[in-house]
Formats: sequence, C-alpha cells, structure tokens
Amino acid sequence: MREIGHRAGIQSASEDRKFRPKRSVAPGEQFGVPGQGDSRLISISTIFALLLLWVAVTETQIVKPLFLPSPTLVYEKFILVVNVGFANSTLFEHTLISLYRVFGAFLLACVTAIPIGIMMGVNRIVRGIFDPPIEFYRPLPPLAYLPLVIIWFGIGEFSKVLLIYLAIFAPMAISARAGVRSVSIEQIHAAYSMGATASQVIRRVILKSALPEIFTGMRIGIGVGWTTLVAGEMVASTRGVGFMVLNAAEFLASDVVIVGIFVIGTFAFGFDLLMRYLERTFIPWKGKV
Amino acid sequence: MAASLHLDQVGVTFPGRRPGEEVVALEDINLTIEAGSFVVVVGASGCGKTTLLNLMAGFISPSQGQVLLGNKSISAPGPDRGVVFQKHALLPWLNVIENVEFGLDLQGVPKEERRTIAANNLALVGLQDFQKHAIYQLSGGMQQRVGIARALTSNPAILLMDEPMAALDALTRETIQELLLDVWSKTQKMIFFITHSVEEALFMATKLVVMSPRPGRITHSYELDFQARFLRSRDARAVKSEPDFIRMRETILGIIYGDEKTLNVAQGAINNA
Repeated sequence: MREIGHRAGIQSASEDRKFRPKRSVAPGEQFGVPGQGDSRLISISTIFALLLLWVAVTETQIVKPLFLPSPTLVYEKFILVVNVGFANSTLFEHTLISLYRVFGAFLLACVTAIPIGIMMGVNRIVRGIFDPPIEFYRPLPPLAYLPLVIIWFGIGEFSKVLLIYLAIFAPMAISARAGVRSVSIEQIHAAYSMGATASQVIRRVILKSALPEIFTGMRIGIGVGWTTLVAGEMVASTRGVGFMVLNAAEFLASDVVIVGIFVIGTFAFGFDLLMRYLERTFIPWKGKV
Repeated sequence: MAASLHLDQVGVTFPGRRPGEEVVALEDINLTIEAGSFVVVVGASGCGKTTLLNLMAGFISPSQGQVLLGNKSISAPGPDRGVVFQKHALLPWLNVIENVEFGLDLQGVPKEERRTIAANNLALVGLQDFQKHAIYQLSGGMQQRVGIARALTSNPAILLMDEPMAALDALTRETIQELLLDVWSKTQKMIFFITHSVEEALFMATKLVVMSPRPGRITHSYELDFQARFLRSRDARAVKSEPDFIRMRETILGIIYGDEKTLNVAQGAINNA
C-alpha cells in the first residue's frame, strides 16, 4: 500500500509542470568562471555562416569578383594553379619551397633557441649575455630589420631562412627559459637528497619539467614562422606561397591571393593540430600536477 | 648503520632585508637524535623548524656549530638522509615505481635490482598495486606515501619529514600516522618529523622537542611512549584519549600559544611604533 501511494505521489508531481524537477548543474557552471561549456557547435556554425555569406555576396554581385571572387572561382583557380601553375611554378613547387624555408628555420631554431633558453635559465652568465639582445629585438617587426638582413647577407635563400629564424628564435628561447623556472625547489632538493649530481639535476629534473613550456614555445614559434614567411619571400623570390600571394596582388589576382592564404592557413593549422597531439602523447602530465 | 645525529651548538643567521641587518633563525641548538628514535618538533610558526630540517638535509650550512651524522660532518645533501616534503615533490613524468627507484637509477643501480627494492618499499607503504600509475592519478595521501617509499629507497640512516601530512584530510592523516609508525618500527630508522599538530607529535614521538621563535631555540624536550602503546594495542583513538595524553597535549599547546601571543604583542608594538 505504502509503495503504491509513494508512486502515485511521484506521478502526480511529474504530471504537474510546476513541480517538474530542474536539472542540477555543478557549482561553477552557475556563478563560476564566465564562458564555461562546449563551443564547438558554435564554431562550426560560424564557419558555415561565413562560407554562406561569402557565397551570398559574390553570387548576388554585391561585391565585384575583383575584390572578392566567389568560392567556385577560387576553386577553379586552385585547380589551375595546381595543374598549370602561377608565375612559372605549380602550387606544389611554391608550397614545397615555402615549407622548406619555414621548417628549415623552425628546426634551426629548435636546435639553437631551446638549448640557449635552457642555458639562460640555469646559468647566470649565459642569461646576462643573451637577455639584452633577445629582449631588444624580440618586439621588432621582422620587416624593420629585413633591409639590414638583405644588406648584410644578400638576397639568396640564406637571408629568407635567417629572417624567419630570427622571428622564431626569440619566443622559443624565452619559453625554454621560463620552462626552467617551472621546476619546484622541493623537486630539486629531493633529487640532491637522492644523490643526484648537479648535471643529473639539470638533465633529469629541470629539463623534464621544462618540457611543457618548451612545447608551448615551439607552437608559438612555428606560428610566428608562418606569419614571417610572406615578409621573407618579399626579397627577390621567384617561388614560394608568400611570393605567389605578393605577386598575385600586383596583378590584382585576388583569387590566387585567397588560394595562397588557404594553403598557408591549412598547413599552419594542420601542424598545430599535430603539435597538440604530440603534446598530449608525450607530456600527458601537463597542467595536472 | 646505528649512527646517531648530533647538532652541536648550532646557530643559523640569515642576512636581513636591509644591508647590515641580520636575522637569527636558530640559536644555540643542541639536539641528539639517537639511533632508532622518532623525534618530532613542534612550535609556533617562524620558530625555525624547517631551518633545522634544512640543516640536517644539508640544504643549508650552519653559521655556528656543526651537524654530525655518526662522526661525519654534514655539508651537502646526500642519499644517507631521505627527505619527505610537505608538497609531495614527486616527478610527474615518471610513474609511481619509477619515482621510487629514481635515486637508485641516478646512482647507476641495474634496473632489476632497483625494481626489486622499489617494489618492496612500495609494499611497505601499501601501494604494491599502484606501481604503473601516473602520479596525478593518485590521491594526496597516496602521493605522500610514494614520497615516503622514495625517501626510503636509498636506505638512508634518517628520514627527514617536513610537515608531510599538513595537506591531508584528518582521516587520511590518522591512517598515515599509523602507517608511518609501522614503517618506523619495521625499518628501525631514525625519523625527524616536523608538524603543526600537537596531537600528531605526541602520538608518534619517542622524543618531542618544542621550539620557540625569535631567535629559534629549543625550550622543552620530552621523552614519550605513546607510540609504543599504540604499537602494542593498535588502538590509536584509545591512546589519544588517555588522560596523560590529554594532559601533555594541553601543556604543550599552552607553551606554543604563549609563544604566539608574545609574538603578536611584539608585532603589535612594532606596528604601533
């Protein structure tokens, strides 16, 4: 009898809309940090909305193709640049040389900026030497020192890679240096108490705990590399995506400009996804301790 | 192995905020930790408890006097003194057993040998089933137990523990107190233990040392046997409610509160001046 009555009570409550229970939320979802929750659906909608807007303004001829060609025109141009080429090279050749420049500079920065940043973190003298020049040139736009690079090193491949390298170097060195600081004094003390030598402390404790920040530095660095690519390819280039975009702009070929932007964007975004994946795989402890 | 640890007229003076100014952190400390004893230090904040531990660990050197382990003077950290910190200080890129064997790895002990030692120490703290877990998957109490196992791995003469249970909840804390007493009675190692909890201090110490601030010095010292009572009866709550336990607790709390009050009055006088 009691059970029946109990059930009846629940039924009548749920039938009455006024008493329908509200879904409880975790503390922090309400009255928490603003901006909680999943935003992926909104992002996807935004992309589609922008594409739709693009189609709309071009199909209705509100914007002339000279200023903004329609997606179909861009796609046709893309096929044409892939098969026939633009400015004496196919898109593949342009992309290849640009990738070589950006990743060449990136790898050079990895093998120089990361060790120097770490040395700056663990050695007073190295920090004293490298701190002023890095902090001075870091905020300069690469275009400002581009003329000097040309005057000193000419207009060859070296100057292009050097310009990108310089832009990548500073953020990467600074991240590596900051990473060294992320080790706690207790961790260092613990290692010494277990019989570690000073060099073991650096290699097996400090370097490891700097890894998350070094990785962040690499992500920032490669991003800076892509932004500097166009500046680097302003110098007497005959090939490269950056060159292609600049050259197309001179002929008001905005469809080729857009193709170039999409190529750079795709590679930059793809590489960033790869780096994020590597970070999750190799540094699973990041942000957890 | 049955060496004892001596602090012989030890003083520590740090440079103050202004040039020429000096802060006396420790003054005229004479303390002997006998082989196999469990020494616990309590005292008002800022009385130099951690400075004392840093001296024994070799993280700092004394301005006066000397610190001796057996007949060897301590001047640097080393594997003959294991340290357990308030925050676990484990290495998050290594799993549990790799953390425990890290010290032996540094010293070049072959993998199989160090694995066996590390596994034994993990079993000692009850974590034999968590060898391959990541550090961040463990609770605070478990992380602290890994810290204890790690400190034991280089087979030190003494364990130095700086408020290792301060960040744990009350129940976990009691469990680990009992566990630590078991580890101590099994390994017969010296333990030097800092805490803010007078009850914890009384329960575990064979020798309880009370320190006073400004300058940091030892004012009282008691020989206790509550830990032996627990190891016989296995009833921690009963030991902690015995009349002489409660009487001792109030006496020592009285000393520390007295120090805190004097400190606050002195601080007030400085602020008013």
